[in-house]
Amino acid sequence: MIRTQGLCKYFQRNHQEIKAVDGLDLQVHEGEVFGFLGPNGAGKTTTVRLLSCLIGPTKGRAWVNDLEIGKEDQKIRAQVGILTEAPGLYDRLSARRNLEIYAELYGVADVQEQVEKYLRFLELWEQRDVEAGTFSKGMKQKLAIARALLHEPPVLFLDEPTSALDPEAAKTVRDFIESLKGQGRTIFLCTHNLDEAERLCDRIAVFRQHLIAVDTPETLRRQLFGRQTVVHLAQVSEQLAVTVRSLPFVKHVEVLPGDGGAGKLVISLSDPVAQNPAIVQALVAQGAQIQFVNELRHSLEDVYLSLMHDNPDPLRV
Amino acid sequence: MKQIRTIVAKEWADVLRNKMVFYVVVLVPLLLTAIPVVMLYILGHSPVSQSDYEEMRRMLQNPIFAGLTPVEAMQSALASNFLVLFLMMPLMVPVTIAAYSIVGEKVSRSLEPLLATPITTTQLLLGKGLAAALPGVVMAWLSYGVFLIFARFFSVSGRVFSVFVNPMWLVAMFVLAPLLTVLAVNFGIIVSSRVNDPRAAEQLGALIILPLLVLLIGPLAGFIMLNSTTFWLSSLVVALLDVGLVYIGVALFQRETILTRWK
Repeated sequence: MIRTQGLCKYFQRNHQEIKAVDGLDLQVHEGEVFGFLGPNGAGKTTTVRLLSCLIGPTKGRAWVNDLEIGKEDQKIRAQVGILTEAPGLYDRLSARRNLEIYAELYGVADVQEQVEKYLRFLELWEQRDVEAGTFSKGMKQKLAIARALLHEPPVLFLDEPTSALDPEAAKTVRDFIESLKGQGRTIFLCTHNLDEAERLCDRIAVFRQHLIAVDTPETLRRQLFGRQTVVHLAQVSEQLAVTVRSLPFVKHVEVLPGDGGAGKLVISLSDPVAQNPAIVQALVAQGAQIQFVNELRHSLEDVYLSLMHDNPDPLRV
Repeated sequence: MKQIRTIVAKEWADVLRNKMVFYVVVLVPLLLTAIPVVMLYILGHSPVSQSDYEEMRRMLQNPIFAGLTPVEAMQSALASNFLVLFLMMPLMVPVTIAAYSIVGEKVSRSLEPLLATPITTTQLLLGKGLAAALPGVVMAWLSYGVFLIFARFFSVSGRVFSVFVNPMWLVAMFVLAPLLTVLAVNFGIIVSSRVNDPRAAEQLGALIILPLLVLLIGPLAGFIMLNSTTFWLSSLVVALLDVGLVYIGVALFQRETILTRWK
């Protein structure tokens, strides 16, 4: 649905070349919610602008819905919806008029029907004749999302959809994006909110001028940290750690002592589901008192920070 | 065409709700129409002294005032001179609307979603340009029409009235005025690319009026004679300026330039 090949965008600032996007190779599948993560200034907004044909590439090629950017820009713009960083509404006009203008510009066949559909869908119908400038941030953001969807685009670009929103408004917007997931649209989501990315995205890309990593959050987690089982014990000892280390499939064991002799063994494994029973059996045979066993799950934040700082470019594709 | 209509309607609905723009669009033409009408009335009811006549001699050397009595000559010469004010409308009104319509969108950050629609740059520029230009031209023509109605009653004779429908004024209103509008719109767009405050854009845009003051002060000072040639020459100069400014305006009003270079 979205494909880029060595996509580059360089800007000239004070006689210096700034590489905003440098050789991006990416493939986003149809119907997928794709998270695009990166620090401020990483080039996320530039990428969205490139893919929605607002700016042209310096080098490289890209296709959106099989249409090549730079060659069929007007057609691409008709097939994508974009939520820009700021809602950018006409504050002096009503919510309905805001949407009518965009429906007409996108050439929507039945303007009134489509406007009503999205105003109702986003629970703004009662406020349809109220000036958009009087809306709360959350309502403005919902109206901007409605504007991006009016022409039923198969591809939707959402640039920081919940930034600067209070938790309640952010949840409303997130729930709405979640409801779009089942509609078969391809959603390209730029966000700083890793929890949001984890919850909404099928795959994520970590990006800083170029692609650092791309996969499902779970795969990236496993690639970076492997899989780890944590065994909580009433009494932990080095002897128990030696017993576990002696098992052929165990990669690494770390002892984490707690209060009053209690503690944990953190065991790196390739397949915890198959290997945990043997570990438990070996520990019980040594007289260990197991309190509970769980899998150590690294947050997406751990993955992101690891990729950005500890391993700046470990999985470059 | 539908897209252009949508942009024009949007501009008028949005920008004209701005009180500052509304006042400029409505009050300025009212004021600029009232001045020549009042002048016409006063001059039609005031005696002309020999010294007044002597002071006006250079202006009255204009052949269009030939054969008029001193009262007729004074009334037609001064009122006619103030008709130049009508040429300010096609400058002031579009510059004000263009300043708010483009810088306003820049400030509210509504330009990016607009540029993301399938509308072409030409359609967008035409829509915004027409929305700014039409009120200026229409108000200028309307004011001229209102002036002519009053002139029919306040002119001391039919010969005075005929001065106000002299071909030179028809050239001024129907050739020079639209050309000035194009100049103002493009100047507004160029100014918009450099400033972030609509009021600053409006103030800078107002500078476009300065060259027109030559046509206002020139005849009074005696170094310019208002006639068809003057207005045809002015039209030619403005047309040339328009070509240059349209070129710069179109170059500046490109999606990428707006998004990445407009400050």
